[in-house]
Amino acid sequence: MENKNNLPGVHKGWPILFAVWMVVTISTMGSLFFSEVMDVPVCVLCWYQRIAMYPLVLIIAMGLFPYDPRVVRSAGALAGIGWLIALYQALLVAGIIPESAQPCVQGIPCSETHIALFGFLSIPMLSLLNFSLVGILLFYTHKVESS
Amino acid sequence: MNQKTLFISGAGLIILAFVLAAVLYQNNKTTEQSQAVNQNQGITERQGAPIKGPVDAKVTIVEFFDPACGTCRDFYPLVKKLADQYPGKVRVMMRYAPLHAGSDQVVAMLEAAHRQGQYWQALELLFNNQNLWVINHNSQPMRARSLLNSLTLNQDQLTQEMGLPEVAAVIQQDIRDLQSLGVRATPEFFVNGKPMPSFGYEQLAQLVKDAVAEAY
Repeated sequence: MENKNNLPGVHKGWPILFAVWMVVTISTMGSLFFSEVMDVPVCVLCWYQRIAMYPLVLIIAMGLFPYDPRVVRSAGALAGIGWLIALYQALLVAGIIPESAQPCVQGIPCSETHIALFGFLSIPMLSLLNFSLVGILLFYTHKVESS
Repeated sequence: MNQKTLFISGAGLIILAFVLAAVLYQNNKTTEQSQAVNQNQGITERQGAPIKGPVDAKVTIVEFFDPACGTCRDFYPLVKKLADQYPGKVRVMMRYAPLHAGSDQVVAMLEAAHRQGQYWQALELLFNNQNLWVINHNSQPMRARSLLNSLTLNQDQLTQEMGLPEVAAVIQQDIRDLQSLGVRATPEFFVNGKPMPSFGYEQLAQLVKDAVAEAY
């Protein structure tokens, strides 16, 4: 008797985890494009979010080959931290958190945004969207695997 | 599709998109920059800004600088030497870019010294003793001010003129122009309105060489 679950390609969670990897890799390259190609200045909060996001590219890739759904734990922790910082910055940009509370160095204020895709999508908003999507997909992977 | 093939295709696609976008963006930027040169020339230069070299020189190097910036200090003698290579043909115009904390007050001192004709002496004094008044990348205006005490000018007038609305207006003008020109780091150079393709002394020297060849 063949146990189908041991064959590659039949884990239901794999495509979802792969989607997570695509999301974080696109986000990583996108953030590098903004700072290295377009010379957008990088503020402190952006660096903290990068610290949470860049490792996901490697960690999730290692969870894909060989497939190991336990990667959701470590990836989820990083995504959670990134999400909180992204939320903080979004509130800062929206003006809900006052200027004086921001920890940024002079010259690169974190409350200033440089890009507005479709008129409303700034880089901090993209980051918040990215971490939300990663969180949801990771949770979904976990659910599919535990059912 | 095989998982590994899928993964490698995904990675390849993202990298390809990145490289393609970077090339397209750079091309776009170069065209935009060459189109902007004529517009730039109007705002890179400011009437009354400190100028070294002959007034009627056809090539102007405009430098946006922060007196607290280490790279600006290191470039200062290089730019002087570069202008000296083309006697009578190149002049250097200095404009303020007070990006460091506290630098706004220090450039006000420079502008006040400029009003008494002691701009270059004040600038060299500040650059040569930068470590005495720039602490952890923050300007200490009080320390800078006491350094300028050794200048042979009317000290009371200097202190008083630092606060003049005319001085503030000049600095505001420079800040407005550097924002419209997209200057985010110092020093930034424009040679007859043209920016450097990328940052470096060689690029600047080439830009000046081309401008001199074109003008004379």
